[in-house]
Amino acid sequence: MRRLPGMTATATSARSDLSELGRSETALRNFLHGLPGVDQVGAEQRAAQLGTRSIKTTAKARAIDLAIRMVDLTTLEGADTPGKVRALAAKALRPDPADPSCPHVGAVCVYPAMVPYVAEVLRGSAGSGRPSGGPDGNAPAGPGVVHLASVATAFPSGQAPLEVKLADTRAAVAAGADEIDMVINRGAFLAGRYREVYDEIVATKQACGDAHLKVILETGELATYDNVRRASWLAMLAGGDFIKTSTGKVPVAATLPVTLVMLEAVRDFRAATGRQVGVKPAGGIKNTKDAIKYLVMVNETVGPDWLDPDWFRFGASSLLNDLLMQRTKLTTGVYSGPDYFTLD
Amino acid sequence: MSERVAVRKTYKLFIGGKFPRSESGRSYLVQSANVSLASRKDARDAVVAARAAVKGWAGATAYNRGQILYRVAEMLEGRREQFVALGVPADEVDAAIDRWVWYAGWSDKLPQVYGGANPVAGPYFNLSAPEPTGVVAVVAPEAPALLGLVSVIAPAIVTGNTVVVAASPTQPLASVTLAEVLATSDLPGGVVNVLTGAITETVPTLAAHLDVNAIDLTGVGDASLATELEVRAAENLKRVIRPAPADHDWYADPGLTRMTTLLETKTVWHPKGV
Repeated sequence: MRRLPGMTATATSARSDLSELGRSETALRNFLHGLPGVDQVGAEQRAAQLGTRSIKTTAKARAIDLAIRMVDLTTLEGADTPGKVRALAAKALRPDPADPSCPHVGAVCVYPAMVPYVAEVLRGSAGSGRPSGGPDGNAPAGPGVVHLASVATAFPSGQAPLEVKLADTRAAVAAGADEIDMVINRGAFLAGRYREVYDEIVATKQACGDAHLKVILETGELATYDNVRRASWLAMLAGGDFIKTSTGKVPVAATLPVTLVMLEAVRDFRAATGRQVGVKPAGGIKNTKDAIKYLVMVNETVGPDWLDPDWFRFGASSLLNDLLMQRTKLTTGVYSGPDYFTLD
Repeated sequence: MSERVAVRKTYKLFIGGKFPRSESGRSYLVQSANVSLASRKDARDAVVAARAAVKGWAGATAYNRGQILYRVAEMLEGRREQFVALGVPADEVDAAIDRWVWYAGWSDKLPQVYGGANPVAGPYFNLSAPEPTGVVAVVAPEAPALLGLVSVIAPAIVTGNTVVVAASPTQPLASVTLAEVLATSDLPGGVVNVLTGAITETVPTLAAHLDVNAIDLTGVGDASLATELEVRAAENLKRVIRPAPADHDWYADPGLTRMTTLLETKTVWHPKGV
């Protein structure tokens, strides 16, 4: 496995005291600032280069099915209604009603207030719960494996008192969410108060109980790749099960280079600690071509261990329809159109 | 002073208001020029561009569409010599410009002629209004290169449809030049998309495409190919204009059927007030 320059020394010295880092502001700061800097031009060039791979025919069909299984079908609008999220949950279970061989998506992602309505639909088909489909890349569409994710901790800004954020999290879990997407405190992170960010993630992880915790870094607000790397490590050290790029509520959402930096972080974190953390790019991934670029990057950066809905997800809404249209094209040979798929 | 180096021209596709090469990178030699050879993926991209343009174009007022089409005629007039230099006879250029103006005039008149109030046995106003069908795939006739092309594009777009045109494979230069006219005359990008190359490569894809609402087979000379395309078009009930007979007189009055075939009629019942 390719290692980052300077990584070995950092990792070795870190391994002994990684668990101790959170106890001291200074140790945490020294560790995060001791991480090697990201070569911005190199990361962007690498991401662009991987985006030029051509994935065709059977490999494409497999990539599309995998991408569908990785979709976190998301609606995070003020205008969400119980009816709309029920329809979304039904679509998550059977994305293409005309084709029973089409796999279900990875999860449905909604606001906490909408969780009970989604749970109703998903429970109606044996509920949601771990573990998800097998590693063969073609798990059959079946009940009981569509997860229910909810954003929490005063999404999307995260600008609320800690007690409110924790209450938000507990309420979502109590209502039936088995995955929580939290936002980090970007204000504290950018001001250098890493301990505060760390403690919030630890507290939220506790509030989650058995639910998986995805930590949203909001990379569009972190300004540099160095900050993305630091925030990734911080989130993983604090116990996050997934690191996620964006809320989708700021102009700059997921990009390939940012995801590359995060993938390198989870790879190095596993090498240092043995714990595997998932990655979820979210926002701005609109079509099959983009999704396949991400899958190529996952395969080339962290390998097939992460090519599974348990370890890699797409936060998206319009992506699913394009995946379904491309899937239809491959199975029927005829280009499909948006008229033949649901709007949401 | 050395002799000037000639600026050699590659004739490209016209998709979404831009002039890209074929995604396949291919071109073919015809009329002593290099012309892009469109692939089925170019056809797919053109349909995406045409679909994206429907909302704005169909939503524009009929008056506005008429103005823009008249503007196209103005620009055609200014390019007259260029078409003549490409080998289009001068009287054909004149006829093509006149045809364009004739169709432009129909934009705000066709709804009056083809729609209107229906007498019904009840206390209702009953109104029918023609609306565009959406994305239309058009196979342009082999000849006459310019008049034939104008005679199939103008009636489709004047009512608010957007088109993907498969240009004449043997005389594509006039179609690319017409695309250059359209690109400079306020016509929104994507309303007209032009694919040059082999009919057999792009048109079957368009005929089967589920996001295409109608297909005009005017330029398909081969009867068995035309039948095959009609069969493909039946899959999503596309409106079909059958191939023109070989002796079709392009200079004669075209009538309204080319416009009316590519329309859907919306009928509204409205209760009469107190």
